[in-house]
Amino acid sequence: MPKAPAGTLYRGHVGMWSWVAHRVTGVLVFFFLFAHVMDTALVRVSPDTYDKIVDTYKNPVVNLLEVGLVAAVLFHALNGLRIIAIDFWRKGTRYQRQMLYAEVTLFVILMVPAAFFMLRHTFLTLFGTA
Amino acid sequence: MAGSDTPRQDDIPVDASATGDQPAGAADVPAVNSVSGDEGVGSAGPDRAVDPTAQDARTPAVTVRGTAAPSIRDVRLKIRRFLPEQDAEPHWETYTVPTEQGDRLLDAIHWVKWNIDGSLTFRRSCAHGVCGSDAMRVNGVNRLACKVLTKDLGDEVLLEPIKGLPVLKDLVVDMEPFFEAYRSVKPFLLPSPHEPTKERLQSAKDRERFDDTTKCILCAACTTSCPVYWSDDAYFGPAAIVNAHRFIFDSRDEGGEERLEILNTKEGVWRCRTTFNCTDACPRGIEVTKAIQEVKRALIFRRF
Repeated sequence: MPKAPAGTLYRGHVGMWSWVAHRVTGVLVFFFLFAHVMDTALVRVSPDTYDKIVDTYKNPVVNLLEVGLVAAVLFHALNGLRIIAIDFWRKGTRYQRQMLYAEVTLFVILMVPAAFFMLRHTFLTLFGTA
Repeated sequence: MAGSDTPRQDDIPVDASATGDQPAGAADVPAVNSVSGDEGVGSAGPDRAVDPTAQDARTPAVTVRGTAAPSIRDVRLKIRRFLPEQDAEPHWETYTVPTEQGDRLLDAIHWVKWNIDGSLTFRRSCAHGVCGSDAMRVNGVNRLACKVLTKDLGDEVLLEPIKGLPVLKDLVVDMEPFFEAYRSVKPFLLPSPHEPTKERLQSAKDRERFDDTTKCILCAACTTSCPVYWSDDAYFGPAAIVNAHRFIFDSRDEGGEERLEILNTKEGVWRCRTTFNCTDACPRGIEVTKAIQEVKRALIFRRF
């Protein structure tokens, strides 16, 4: 009989998108931890294999992924603080948007130098003369 | 009401069969052209675009008094339609509707039903933002069609049924799961079992405590804006929690603990992920997420 219609995407405000971003970054961090526990556990099995695996990480693509990881962890952490404020601060729900804007500002302020220092080595190796 | 599969009496779908008596004026408007996107003056309602003094049911008296022709703007309503007798899948259909400054979206939808396609089905009752029958998704967000003015919308307006409830026909959804969740929080006063010897007085301050959540009209705009509710229909949903809040924080009510226990489950308040879609969607301006958070805090600290 009746069925759910496909229809368009619900156009929620920033609150909804912060929740989507929180989910996405959470899943990304989970997958990183999964891989990370696996490769780190290798050191107990065979230190040589561990070294080989870690050597394969020394390339620009993985460096970019590392920046992505820092971004994911940073957003998830800052937004987590916002959610705690929404949960426990009486006025949290009323200032959720302002808190989100502050959080995104802080995210950008922290991410710009972080990305700079993390990518500098790769950039110099690839294009630099120094 | 429990287990009944007939629609609630107070929001009977405005169906083709229910419009036998058309308002005067609607009959002499030719059922024009203007399906699917063709524009231009010709497709605007000829009664209004050509002769501003012609008075039909929808022309307010003020435009007759004025000397200048009322400014008519064509709005394309793109409606997600589904007629269960003939459609396997919902589809989009576009109708061009001439609108005036003060027209509500509901007026435009009525115009389609009365002048273009009588089979268009939707709920509406009071048409003044009180009954809560005409919640629908307008340009991707839940709104009451009777509380949105067409002048505040673009030239193209997307209309869809509210999300997360089974669609019965066009913009009409099965509200039963919604009301089932509502009933399960016991949305009525549970007084102390002792026969009172005097009036149950309440201070203005105590009344203020739950004032916000008394405004709910059960339109389901909040519940069907909730991403959690779309994917998990066992979740009580914002509206049920709002109505539990209304009694939990009522000083005359003794059922607070009972309701808190009902909501202290996996599918209760803890499902809320604070996306604030419900707060943004509420046509009565209830701070829905705030109410849900207050119930959560009452559960944590047992203070209310």
